[in-house]
Amino acid sequence: MKFKKVVALATVMAMAVSMAACGSSSSSTSTSSSSEASSSSEASSSSESSSSSEAAAETESVQETALVSGKVSMSGSTSMEKYVSALIETYAEINPNITVTAEYVGSGAGIEQVIAGSVDIGNSSRNLKDAEMESGAVENIVAIDGIAVVVDPANTVDNLTQEQLISIYTGEITNWSELGGSNTPIVVIGREAGSGTRGAFEELLGIEDVCAYASELDSTGAVIATVAATEGAIGYASLDSINDTVIAVKLDGVEATEENIVAGDYFLCRPFVMATNGEISEQSEAVQAWFEFVYSDEGKAVAQEVGLITVD
Amino acid sequence: MTSEHPAIKNTNKKSEATGTGSINGSGKDRAMAEVAAQIIFTVCAAAAIVAVAAICVYMIRNGLPALFTVGIKEILFSTEWAPTAAEPKYGILLVILTSIVGTSLAILLGVPVGLLTAVFIAEVAHKNLVKVVQPAVELLAGIPSVVYGLLGIYLLKPVMYKLERFVFAGSTTHQYTGGANLISAVIVLAIMILPTVINVSTSSLKAVPMELRSASLALGASPVQTIFKVTIPAAHSGIISAIVLGVGRAIGEAMAITLVSGSSVNVPLPFNSVRFLTTAIVSEMGYASGTHRQVLFTIGLVLFAFIMIINVALTRGLKKKEEDHA
Repeated sequence: MKFKKVVALATVMAMAVSMAACGSSSSSTSTSSSSEASSSSEASSSSESSSSSEAAAETESVQETALVSGKVSMSGSTSMEKYVSALIETYAEINPNITVTAEYVGSGAGIEQVIAGSVDIGNSSRNLKDAEMESGAVENIVAIDGIAVVVDPANTVDNLTQEQLISIYTGEITNWSELGGSNTPIVVIGREAGSGTRGAFEELLGIEDVCAYASELDSTGAVIATVAATEGAIGYASLDSINDTVIAVKLDGVEATEENIVAGDYFLCRPFVMATNGEISEQSEAVQAWFEFVYSDEGKAVAQEVGLITVD
Repeated sequence: MTSEHPAIKNTNKKSEATGTGSINGSGKDRAMAEVAAQIIFTVCAAAAIVAVAAICVYMIRNGLPALFTVGIKEILFSTEWAPTAAEPKYGILLVILTSIVGTSLAILLGVPVGLLTAVFIAEVAHKNLVKVVQPAVELLAGIPSVVYGLLGIYLLKPVMYKLERFVFAGSTTHQYTGGANLISAVIVLAIMILPTVINVSTSSLKAVPMELRSASLALGASPVQTIFKVTIPAAHSGIISAIVLGVGRAIGEAMAITLVSGSSVNVPLPFNSVRFLTTAIVSEMGYASGTHRQVLFTIGLVLFAFIMIINVALTRGLKKKEEDHA
């Protein structure tokens, strides 16, 4: 027994020593390399330090004159929450002097508040009504939300009318043969309650909460993958996320492309509006600066990031 | 491995007797070590209890408010789930039913298969075969649940879709699910509980004293009669705890079945797209806000209550049986 113990102890110790050796050697190399790196960076920074500090001072002074300070308050559409909060985050880095606050209470309520003057901007995910325009609200379209209807690649139906789409999603049409396709059952796929895409899709077709989904998936990617893999499936997804594995059908004979959406021919889309009380040029400096940012390249990049189509 | 255990025990006894081990040292050192060990044990035990208490408090605090604002009857006994409608409906009765039906079916399917596999491993199979089967089962236990779901998508769903189109050919009222239905979810769940059931049952079968089997065989019973009349009844408490663990895993599983169940709120019929308690939380937590979000917490509370009830009921049942035996 004792002999065994001694052997075991010896092996353990040998292992420990070898591990320690490994550890120390690796750590020593890493420290040396890091110190080298830091010293080299120091050297380069010191050589450039005089010029770079001057440059920094210059840019700072330029920014200080350009930066407007103030407050921008927004209220409105819940569908625009993702887009607006992304804008606010990006803008906070560009101009920290302007505080932008946003509430998400619904398009109608947002426009009401901007007309009443209690907020600077009313966010709306629909076009303004005539009555709202007459009350002084101005429609500033900042982006367009486009939704494509997709089917599996084997499907021969390539065009759907608005009525047909509504009938499919409410469960009145259940086979592609009723639409001129093959005798394949329709598998209706959609997004989960609370999804912005689902909200927009149902709202645009006027079928809020009457849809009969066979599958409610919780991401755009899952919808595309399932539609691609299921014969007879139909689904919807934001236009920018469509890929080759599925076919985007024409709606009322119009192809789902950015050009058609901007031209106003494709019906499954909606504008994102930041309504102001009077023209933008009549607003406070902070609000004008905000719109400048929204229409700038940085602002457009944010819109594209959240899957929207940009406008000029 | 097993041959080494007695040796280790022997050395422990020796060192206790002679007092050479560090924990078994003499005088002050020994007392210090004892106190330190006591403190460490207490802290570890407290960590688990604190975690359980924190979860209980958190679930109740977040799950209860919706029960009062929406109404207990409207949530628990209503079948309509439309959380984002103009007039939101938060009925989760169908979701609860799905979880009960789905879990029960998975148990009905998985436990017999698992138990018979355990019998095979513990009683029937040749030693060399056990060396292959047992590691395979243990590997099955280590596979992440999302992988089961992926397999469900690529292997099960196409087959289910073909079956669905065959069964409902010509039907105009059936809503086709593309294979994402209750049966797919049940099959995935049944396979997922197999390793738990097999491992726990095998060890309880192996723990049955050899004398019982020998006695049965000596009285003229056949090997199969011995297995079903003597060995399995003798191992029943272990087998029941295997079932309890299986139920726990099945009812709490979300990731695998969210991929194959379809996630629409429907009556739990075999070819319907269904939503379980777990998948209800997973699928809508992302964008839910306000009351909708609170109701999702309530669903969590319901799930929590379910698991508690099952655990307590089955453990009580087990204790009672053991007392009866004693």
